[in-house]
Amino acid sequence: MGKAAIVGVAQTKYERRKKDQIFADLVFDVTREALADAGMTIDDIESVVTVSNDFFDGRTISGMAVGDACGGQDKNISTVSGDGTFGAFYGLMRVLSGFRTTLVVAHYKGSEGSVPVTTNGMFDPLFHRLLGVDAVSSAALQANVYMNRHGVTEEEIAAVSVKNHGNALNNPYAQVPLRITVADVMASRKIADPLKLLDCCPVSDGAAAVIIADEETAKRGGRRPAWVKGVAHCCEDYLLGDRDLADPAALRAAAAKAYAMAGIEDPLSEIDVMEVLEPFSYMEPLWLEGLGVCRPGEGASLVERGVTTMDGRLPVNPSGGALSANPILVAGLARLVEAVLQVRGEAGARQIKGAKTALAHGFNGPCGQSHCVWIVGAEG
Amino acid sequence: MGRRVAIVGTGQTYHKSHRPDVTSREMIREAVVAALADADLTIKDIDAVVIGNMDHFESINYVDTYSVEGSGAFMKPVMKVSTGGTTGSTVAIAAYYHVASGLFDRVLAVGFEKNSESDTTAAIITCSDPVWDRFSYSGAIPSLATEATAYMEKYGATQEDAAMVGERDRGHALNNPYAHLRRPLTVADIMASPMLAYPIKLGDICPRSDGACAVILAADGIAQKIASRPAWFKAVSVRHTYTWFGDSTDYNKGLVSLQRASREAYAQAGIKNPVEEIDVAELYLPYTWAGLKWIEDLGFCGPGEAARFVGDGNTHMGGKLPVNPSGGVLSTNCIGATALLRVAEAAIQIMGKGGKRQVPDVKTALATGFGGCFWSDVVILSAVRP
Amino acid sequence: MEKNGTPVERLEITFKHPMPYEWSIGRYGSRFFQEIREKRRFIGIRCDGCGSVYVPPRRVCGPCFRELTELVPLSDTGVLTAFSVVNYPFIDPATGELRPIPYTYGYIRLDGADNIFSHLINEKDWHKIKVGMRVRAVFKNPEEMEGNIQDIKYFDLLP
Repeated sequence: MGKAAIVGVAQTKYERRKKDQIFADLVFDVTREALADAGMTIDDIESVVTVSNDFFDGRTISGMAVGDACGGQDKNISTVSGDGTFGAFYGLMRVLSGFRTTLVVAHYKGSEGSVPVTTNGMFDPLFHRLLGVDAVSSAALQANVYMNRHGVTEEEIAAVSVKNHGNALNNPYAQVPLRITVADVMASRKIADPLKLLDCCPVSDGAAAVIIADEETAKRGGRRPAWVKGVAHCCEDYLLGDRDLADPAALRAAAAKAYAMAGIEDPLSEIDVMEVLEPFSYMEPLWLEGLGVCRPGEGASLVERGVTTMDGRLPVNPSGGALSANPILVAGLARLVEAVLQVRGEAGARQIKGAKTALAHGFNGPCGQSHCVWIVGAEG
Repeated sequence: MGRRVAIVGTGQTYHKSHRPDVTSREMIREAVVAALADADLTIKDIDAVVIGNMDHFESINYVDTYSVEGSGAFMKPVMKVSTGGTTGSTVAIAAYYHVASGLFDRVLAVGFEKNSESDTTAAIITCSDPVWDRFSYSGAIPSLATEATAYMEKYGATQEDAAMVGERDRGHALNNPYAHLRRPLTVADIMASPMLAYPIKLGDICPRSDGACAVILAADGIAQKIASRPAWFKAVSVRHTYTWFGDSTDYNKGLVSLQRASREAYAQAGIKNPVEEIDVAELYLPYTWAGLKWIEDLGFCGPGEAARFVGDGNTHMGGKLPVNPSGGVLSTNCIGATALLRVAEAAIQIMGKGGKRQVPDVKTALATGFGGCFWSDVVILSAVRP
Repeated sequence: MEKNGTPVERLEITFKHPMPYEWSIGRYGSRFFQEIREKRRFIGIRCDGCGSVYVPPRRVCGPCFRELTELVPLSDTGVLTAFSVVNYPFIDPATGELRPIPYTYGYIRLDGADNIFSHLINEKDWHKIKVGMRVRAVFKNPEEMEGNIQDIKYFDLLP
């Protein structure tokens, strides 16, 4: 892979309802902040990728609505419909193909649509949709498969929620920072067995942006670039019944490819911090198994063993993760923004000391069908 | 700079108003299987898949993950891009960057739509702003009608002038076994067809079709081994200039996005005189007036000259610059696939696989996509490796 | 089964459930509708870069990529720049029912604005409508207004 770096990042504060702003306003804000972060003006941007989804925005060609706000007028622009990590992947490909810079923006207003209705739309219209399955109930199915397979307890899963909501106390952008205990999670309202309210992400509004640049531009800029060391994505089967829900095969394949690009053999010792997309608490250990941090079934004990906590060997989601704010689509790009801030040493109170290599993860589709893995590093 | 990229295979379904015999997934698979056969590859040879459609036409969220069994993306990278009418060309251009970036060697681009599965106009209306425009908007036809009225006003073009474009494209479609509407349509037929929104009559507009298209792209060094005559990308250009409907309706300026996108593409391809240097064009013309006004924006002729340019036969088969040998959008319109079909048909012309619709000795072919808020995509393909 | 010669009946599943949304109008859009209710007039927003006045008001000028802040009052009159008498049946996604036809869709350049505002024209006979005619907005009574685009009933053609 040719060399490229992320040279500017921005995100909004994530909130339940940003009534004062249409989603284009959110995009306008993060675009200008990412430009400022990169020390650039809109004239320095050669190409734009917007990230949006027609179901979530309630309009067809939803990318159209943010064309002005992202400064896309008279520029080479396109729209990825999916998680922001995939939008950034397209942005990277454009830079590797010859554009000096690509701006990637993602927006989401969970407050404007009905999450059960829009995520029910992910499922097969002939065989599954009428059953009422949505993001939450399908996640509950996956949680049960995973927990039964390995004898994982609800308390072990609850510990992830405690950790991530606690980490969010250090993140000024997080929506739901909470000082809670495992008992609090266990006592929270049952949403879909085994998931309880505090095992589930909130509904969020927000936006995020990254600017990706080629080697020459990145080296010329004032700020420390976060170099792209490895990135890959992979998709598995669609129907839940065709998949082993306790084995994230596509994530394993994407991670293997990204690690090979980055020259990483042992992620646990060679990666300093991870930001993984975990809208539900059980997803964090399951994805960490897929990412090769531990063996299958061992993910659930990582918090208790102190591996993934802020002072652990491999802190996971210092930002508080998606459990603390889940603007869908934006949520993966926010993981990438956080990874960049970590390797720049600019993550404030949530900074992992000396972080040089960080992993960011996002996914599309029910129960994590299609995963994207990014590895960024402080050194080129 | 990125790697050189070529199209090495294309596939499409036959197109009909209704394909109740297949699901979207199964329909996509027909196109993918055809493209793989055309390139003599198997799905194992494909490194990544790019797919696009318009969500609300089938009401399926996350089509990239829904369609895996049809597209062949199982345990491969798959990405969905979606930009309205331009979706198909957006898919082709995204696939181009997949290969040009050096990250993937062989990439499959897929566009599809089953327009029969929803009310097309209702779905298109949802592209309008829900606060400002949705209450009065009634789909693509009146926006185009307003453009046509302005053009008639300015240049004195007649409804018969526009109808020539319909007669031409529907005539060309008779040569294309995949086309949806394969009955001749004359200027008189169009003039006699029911008025939908003045001055657009039923015969002036595209049909709604079910169908899918797949195109395989490969990197320099690999493409030559797959295809004896690959269709090389010489230019890709995009202008999605407008966000608000009301900002893009100064029709006296013409289709600004197409003017800008085509000029950039000509510069990339080193084209100074498009009519002399381009051998065939597959244009996204969703209604007949576009076949007049937009060829002026492309620089095929001067402003107000299109009626004569078309009337003199320059854009017919055997003319100076044949337009839409496939029959174009006026004959087949499965929206998410429509602009990819333009790119595929341009590649077919370069590869010499056009059968009865083949223009002799094509070296340079141009394809366009149209959509959104009067947006344009332009792709130029060449028989010569750039 | 078909291979055995017995055709299978093609079945279809129908979804008719609407997808509910609650879209923000934003600060300038909200102000626009309040201005209509309170003062029965339009407001636009001026770009201090290119000088363009946009209606409805929004936060950014696309060509200049500048933040817009200067709201300007606009008249309730303008010029019809394009129109279409819509005469084909279609489902209105807002109601799930057929929208009543025919009706006239018009592009209006409001006096004082540089871009175009779209709304309905209160005339269904296309012989009586010409591009370039002057039009005036007709508003609902204030007590009927709901803070949306239908607070404007339509535009009348002016003689």
